[in-house]
Amino acid sequence: MVAWETVIGLEVHAQLMTRSKIFSGASTAYGAEANTQACAVDIGLPGVLPVMNRQAALMAARFGLAVGGSVNPVSVFARKNYFYPDLPKGYQISQYEIPVVSGGSLEIHTAAGDKTIRLTRAHLEEDAGKSLHEDFHGMTGIDLNRAGTPLLEIVSEPDLRSPAEAVTYLRKLHSLVRTLEICDGNMQEGSFRCDANISIRPQGETTLGTRTELKNINSFRFVERALHHEIARQITVLEDGGEVVQETRLYDPDRDLTRSMRSKEEAHDYRYFPDPDLPPLVIDAHDLEVLRNELPELPDARLARFIADYRLSMDDALQLNSQKEIADYYEETVSCANDETRLTANWVTGELMSWLNRSDIAITDSPVTPAMLGQLVCRIQDQTISGKIAKEVFEAMWASEGDVDSIITARGLTQITDTGAIEQTVSEVIARFPDQVAQVRAGEDKVIGFLVGQVMKATSGKANPQAVNEILKRQLLG
Amino acid sequence: MSISEKDVVRVAHLARIRVAPDELGRYQAGLSDILALVAQMQDCDTDGVEPMAHPQDIALRLREDTVTEADQRSSLQQGAPQVENGLYLVPRVIE
Repeated sequence: MVAWETVIGLEVHAQLMTRSKIFSGASTAYGAEANTQACAVDIGLPGVLPVMNRQAALMAARFGLAVGGSVNPVSVFARKNYFYPDLPKGYQISQYEIPVVSGGSLEIHTAAGDKTIRLTRAHLEEDAGKSLHEDFHGMTGIDLNRAGTPLLEIVSEPDLRSPAEAVTYLRKLHSLVRTLEICDGNMQEGSFRCDANISIRPQGETTLGTRTELKNINSFRFVERALHHEIARQITVLEDGGEVVQETRLYDPDRDLTRSMRSKEEAHDYRYFPDPDLPPLVIDAHDLEVLRNELPELPDARLARFIADYRLSMDDALQLNSQKEIADYYEETVSCANDETRLTANWVTGELMSWLNRSDIAITDSPVTPAMLGQLVCRIQDQTISGKIAKEVFEAMWASEGDVDSIITARGLTQITDTGAIEQTVSEVIARFPDQVAQVRAGEDKVIGFLVGQVMKATSGKANPQAVNEILKRQLLG
Repeated sequence: MSISEKDVVRVAHLARIRVAPDELGRYQAGLSDILALVAQMQDCDTDGVEPMAHPQDIALRLREDTVTEADQRSSLQQGAPQVENGLYLVPRVIE
């Protein structure tokens, strides 16, 4: 039985967050009525000329700087020729021989340690329109609103060795483009799309096997599933003595399988040539210096800072940095939580995330704001309430019953730290459970937990558990 | 370098140009002549010459990122053979 090694390279299309299109002044806003944002340039009328958007060029350069790639001082637009109705010019303006960014890399954290994924290139291009195949009396409907939206195609080297690594890389890239504020990362709206090149080879082999290209995998969950399927399919083909055919396959999430897109095979002869309408794109050293100085704190640096400054574990820091918004939420909460960094991390990664997931709400829409959660952490820290009661308060805040202090007051949840009151309850419990008291006195330590539980029950969970423990021990064994 | 009739058929198909069978010979000869000229140019020694991507030695002019095009759908669609619900209709493409 041969052990197979998986080799994956990813091509990500990130829509750049410009207001207008890459070569025209039409709006890029999502969701407009069909063809209301498709001007003469976008629909490819004869005689029109493309005029390049400065912001798209600067965003591409910002990406290049962030991944340590070289931002080419001169890059060239080329025509990629193919026929499809949602590409009205008959060619897509892209970059071929000299892209705007060459090289660069991303570090990913894997189970086996940190790993560097090299980037081949990142190039600028225009998006195509959309074909709607629903029935229009046997015709196809074309919406060209998306035509001309700027894309940055980010191509990795075949450095990924498993579907899990591919997903980790994608999440890292997703977080980076959002931190750089060059792409909104909205996968449902197609702002961040992924194609994968996959091949397998016997472990130890150094030449690459024949690859297939998987298209249409537009959620992190689908990426992993689609890759697993395609790898399993290739292994079956090879172990049955067959050969993998180089082809484009489409992932069908409804049926959870990949299928061949044979119709595209012939179209692969794109006959690239430099676009005579567009002289070379020049990004000079001065522009680059300005961009470099404006770079925000990058995800890797932020992760390191969370570990160093907030004294968090790698796991917590990774979880909090899985999305820019989660990290932002955490930092805002810490600033209202008396610098209780670890307790705050527990609440954000635990209670908050579980409520967000259960209700399918984005962290930016959380009904419990950072200020509210920060205040809750303060109340745990100053022993007004216990961690257990805090969960009840959190739930009440989630249901918009008010802020921490008003909920504590309204529900009478203040922790009883008055030792006199606890002494009283402890005495009552001792009187009520003579058998268990005798067991504890006979050395059965575990039974003390039962008595603590009874005291907590008698005080509706409001007694400070540590105080209860101490007082019980003193009264019983003292 | 010359090209075959089969090459002509393929190139014509890629460009969606209909070429009648009796025209193939003419295109084959014409295209071969063009390639012969290219071959002649390739004899020039261009070592150390920076390749040009554009005949003019100029840089791309860039515009500011502002929306300048208002909705012109109704006038642009006047030239379309068929539209419905704001969509351009084309013969069915099957993926």
